[in-house]
Amino acid sequence: MTPVISPFSLFFASIFTGNILLANFLGMCSFISISKDLRSSNGLGFAVTVVLTVTTGVNWAVLQLLTALGLVYLRYIVFIIVIAAVVQMLEMIIDRVSQSLYMSLGIFLPLITVNCAILGVSLFMEIRDYSFWQSVVFGFGSGLGWWLSIMALSAIRKKLDKAPVPAGLKGPGITVITIGFMAMAFIGFSGMLQVQ
Amino acid sequence: METSGAIIQAFIAPLVIGGISAVLGALISITDKIVNNYGDLVIDINSGKRELEIKGGAALLLTLAENGIFIPSACGGRGSCGACKVKVVSDIGPHLPTETPFLAKEEMADNIRLSCQVKVKENFQIEIPDSLFNVKQYEGTIERIVNLTHDIKEVYVKLPEGEEIDFVCGQYGQFEAPPYNKIKTPTQRAYSMSSAPSDKNHLEFLIRLVPGGIVTTYVHERLTEGQKINVVGPFGDFNVKDTGATMIGVAGGSGMAPFKSIFNHMTDTGEIQTREIWYFFGARTKDDLFYLDWLNELDAKYEKFHFVAALSEPQPEDDWEGETGLITEVLARYLAERVDRTQPVEGYLCGSPGMLDACMAVMRQFDMREDKIYFDKFA
Repeated sequence: MTPVISPFSLFFASIFTGNILLANFLGMCSFISISKDLRSSNGLGFAVTVVLTVTTGVNWAVLQLLTALGLVYLRYIVFIIVIAAVVQMLEMIIDRVSQSLYMSLGIFLPLITVNCAILGVSLFMEIRDYSFWQSVVFGFGSGLGWWLSIMALSAIRKKLDKAPVPAGLKGPGITVITIGFMAMAFIGFSGMLQVQ
Repeated sequence: METSGAIIQAFIAPLVIGGISAVLGALISITDKIVNNYGDLVIDINSGKRELEIKGGAALLLTLAENGIFIPSACGGRGSCGACKVKVVSDIGPHLPTETPFLAKEEMADNIRLSCQVKVKENFQIEIPDSLFNVKQYEGTIERIVNLTHDIKEVYVKLPEGEEIDFVCGQYGQFEAPPYNKIKTPTQRAYSMSSAPSDKNHLEFLIRLVPGGIVTTYVHERLTEGQKINVVGPFGDFNVKDTGATMIGVAGGSGMAPFKSIFNHMTDTGEIQTREIWYFFGARTKDDLFYLDWLNELDAKYEKFHFVAALSEPQPEDDWEGETGLITEVLARYLAERVDRTQPVEGYLCGSPGMLDACMAVMRQFDMREDKIYFDKFA
């Protein structure tokens, strides 16, 4: 049954209380590796947001088709195919429209295909029985949440570069600890609104 | 009733997945058609020497090849060999991440690009060596295949009637194997020409079987006489310098190819009688030796031509009376005792990277100047 949460609340819930990165820990690989650099983080955050919004909407439509045919068990495969195709098209369009954005995203754009946050959001959409608008808003909000987190982490890491971190914890070690603190900070929002 | 339902289900699933993939595939190609349509563009080569009117949207390497200008490329445009470097004079934006691993700092500063990675989206101004205008693609016919050893074949290709190729001894051509087995696209690999440049209607290659090699396996297992094959050339700047200096040639295996071309050419021009030449050829056993009769004949006939074959692992049944040991040891021995090093000396090397590096080390040890050692490294 479609949950009653309004798209508006869902939008904020997916950014803050149910942040796809910090509450669900999805999309970690690129989160950790790209957050070294603020500029790339910004570009990737933008790309993830666009891909999430588009794929969640398309996957919602595809899911209705699968449900009607009784083939819901195929959703994993089909979602991934849709994601790959959308990323491919997006890459071509960005290449044409903005050379500088294309350059700054570089190899990260195709890598979004295997970003588990993208598949995760589509699967949450299916589990929670969202309506079309709820799905699109949830996708868009999750994307913004991902963008926000990677920008925050990236900024923190810039400061950490100058911090006296013990040698053994440099790089990924201190990054994972930082993410842990960020996740705890975001838990503070969870009392306000629940994603469901 | 239930079984038939299950059967229908089993058919619907692949159909639905196939249908969705087909729709997405169609969408991608429609997007590609719309987005990648850059209209009619012009590529200006060497400031006005040639102007190509082309359709934009494809890689520079491919666009040039379609217009009969062949940039050397060993991997066929997959961005894995880094050979297809071209200077792009017009500003086409920063280097792509797929280019940077193959370019040195100076090359980047000089606007050198990998032509297989750069897409033609605007009017281009590029610079290429003039010799590349001479490069053409030929649809040759295999006239003869000879087994020289258990793993080296001599492949003699006839060019189309009336077509000629001008090349310098030591240059190479790219030999194209058509798709076969699991190889889905035509694959080109570079091989030195072993024919003399005077034979303008033919090209000859010595092709050694490399285990797992796409083109060499094709040549050794499938290529037949009378078959049509694509050859692109000539490329490369390995050639004999016209200095008259003593020439020390070292080769192994199919590294014989450029030397066959060079010595035949020198026989034609008479240079073989006037220039001091030492030619060292290294092999493992007698089975790996070829062209012995011809080379020994040159050695006997011309006073200044010296041929030294060396076996590193002669077998008892080989009945070998010539030099033994690694080619580097033999080379060192001859440089120390036999070669007149009071005269200017030049080194010419052709073979595997390992052999080349070892021979270079020996030559340096005997005070040969690095800039006087020329080589053709098999990649």
